[in-house]
Order: sequence, then C-alpha cells, then structure tokens
Amino acid sequence: MNTPALHAPRYEATAVTLHWLVFALIAGGFALALYMTGLPLSPLKLKYYSWHKWIGVTVFLFALARLAWRLRHAAPPLPAATPAWQRNAASASHVLLYVLILVIPLSGWLYSSAAGVPTVYFGLLQLPDLVTRDKALAEPLKTVHVTMNYSLLVLVVVHAAAAFKHHFIDRDDVLIRMLPFAKPRK
Amino acid sequence: MTITRRANQLLLITAALLMAGAAAAQTVIYEKSRVSCVSRQMNVPVEAVFRKFTAQIAFDPARAETSKAQIEIDVGSFDLDNAEANDEARSKPWFDARGFPKATFVSTSIKALGGGRFEARGPLTIKGKTLEVVTPFTYRNEARGAVVEGAFSVKRLQYNIGEGVWKDTEAVADEVQIRYRLVLGAGTAATPPAKK
Repeated sequence: MNTPALHAPRYEATAVTLHWLVFALIAGGFALALYMTGLPLSPLKLKYYSWHKWIGVTVFLFALARLAWRLRHAAPPLPAATPAWQRNAASASHVLLYVLILVIPLSGWLYSSAAGVPTVYFGLLQLPDLVTRDKALAEPLKTVHVTMNYSLLVLVVVHAAAAFKHHFIDRDDVLIRMLPFAKPRK
Repeated sequence: MTITRRANQLLLITAALLMAGAAAAQTVIYEKSRVSCVSRQMNVPVEAVFRKFTAQIAFDPARAETSKAQIEIDVGSFDLDNAEANDEARSKPWFDARGFPKATFVSTSIKALGGGRFEARGPLTIKGKTLEVVTPFTYRNEARGAVVEGAFSVKRLQYNIGEGVWKDTEAVADEVQIRYRLVLGAGTAATPPAKK
C-alpha cells in the first residue's frame, strides 16, 4: 500500500483546518449555551437558542467530514518512545472525542424535538423531528445533552493538557503537527 | 309591566321557533377537542395549546347557512410545555390574561364550499380588540363523532399581542396560525355548556 500520509510528520491541512474549525464552533456553542440558558425570555434569547442549534448542526456536519477523512487517512505516528499506555490513552480519548462531537448535536436535536421546538437550520431548512413532542422525554434528554457537554469539556481539558505536556515537557512535535502555521522543531 | 312580560314571552317563543328552524346545538366532547396556535420563532414553528375553552356549536352540514358557532377561549390556559413561556404569554405584553381573560369568536355566516368543506366568518376578539376573520373548515363523521376541523391565520400585532421588545417579528413572526378540532357528540346538546 502506497500511503504517504502514514508517515507524514504532521497532519494534513484538511485535518488541521477541520480540527480547529470544530474546536472554535464547539467553544462558541458551549459559551453561548452557558450564557443564553440563564437569560430571561426575550427575542434575543430565542435568537441565541436558534444560533446555538445552527452551531450544533454545523459541528455535526464537520464532525462527519472529520470522521470520513480520518477513516481514509492514518494519523501521523506518535514519537517512537511513546509508552504503550499513552498510545492506548491517546487513541481511546480520540475515539471518545469523535463519539461526543457526533452524539452531542444529535442529543440536542432530540431534546429540541421532544421539547416541541423543531430545529430549522439557518432559519431555512427544518430538520425532521426524530421523536414526538413529549415533556416527559424532554427532561431526561436535556440532562443527557448537558452531561455529555460537561464530559466533553473534561475530555478537551485532558486532550489539551496532553498536548501541552508533549510540547513543554517532552519537547516533541505532537502539538506542532496539529498547529496551522508552526514549523516542526530541529 | 304585563305588556312587557307578554312581549318577552312572545320573543322567547319566536326565538324558540327560529331555533327549531336552525341547526340544533351539539355537545362538544372536550377531551377529544383541541384549540391551538402555531407561532414561528426564528422561523421555527412552535405549537401551543389552549387547555380551556367552551364552544357552542349548532352545525348541520346540509344547512350550513343556518348553522352557528361560538367559541370562547381562556387565554390564560395557553400551554407551550414550558412554565417560563406560559407565564410570559399570560403577561401584559402578550395576552394580558388578567385584563382580557377570554378570546371569543362568534360566527355571523357559515357557508358550504362543497366536498365537505365550509367557511365561517365572524368577529374574533382577542385582548379587547375585534377583527373580522374568515376560516375554512372541514366537517366529517368519524367513529369518535362528527369532527369540525380548521385553521386560519391572524396577525398578532393587529391584536397587540407581543408588545414592546416582542414587536420584533424576526424573533416571533407576525402571522400566527390558529388551529381547531372540535369533536361533536352524536346527540344534541339540551343545554349549551355552562359559561365560566
């Protein structure tokens, strides 16, 4: 098999772009959620909820693109000295990150449907309701949506901490290969 | 005094005779009936139900023009499955349920359009404001009873529903659809439902 990507020292531009795009969208959507949920009902609050949902749909679409890309391209190899437990921890957390960025928007979509407020992407495309309106279902779905988001927050912190550890303690290229403009060391 | 009393009796008899010529009042099966409104928030359709209403329907599909419909909705029973939204809807900028507890529609004319379709016309009063509306509806016999079902749109701002910041029609569209489904019992109502 001729797969030059396998031995590429850094992630390809597509992967880097999608990674940071999804990060920015999630950070924005998360911050917006923290802010909007505490607001009293107002036209602005309705707008924020819609924007939050649009961000969620966009994250889901980009997450699908990332997954499709990732399944066709191997990640650049980790430094040879990386211990097995770290390799396992890295792949497990990456799998979990992919799962969450796909499932969290879905849970929001389900929660919206159960709450009786459909999702209309950019105010133009109404998504079908996967579940019928049901208050008894909306409450647990909200809890699932919120809990998974905080789980994602924890995982992102661990993910970033690992990247910083590689950069500042191990002094290798693991973080640099995912940065858009940074050049490898040496 | 006796003359007035006699005149009253005459009036009552005349009214009774007229009623006999008109369609008879039917019982409304409230558990199966439903009145709701669909607003569009950021172009997202959201349906809220009015849990409490009373209706007096005397409808005969064969004699639509003699039929009558009157409906009184308790606007405070607005239910969007969300306590905060329900409180907001009852507040002064919206329905002002304390100042104007009822929304009413009284038919002034009903006509058949053919094919089980009809059209009712009459004044609709919400929040103390009265505007003429026209609503198409269908009438069909089902196992559960005769079903009168229809919908029409109103412009909420014409009724001053959603004042102040809520005048923003980008957040909540001006056009609101009112939907109703009234299931009528097989028997005729001896007395119309008591008003609350």
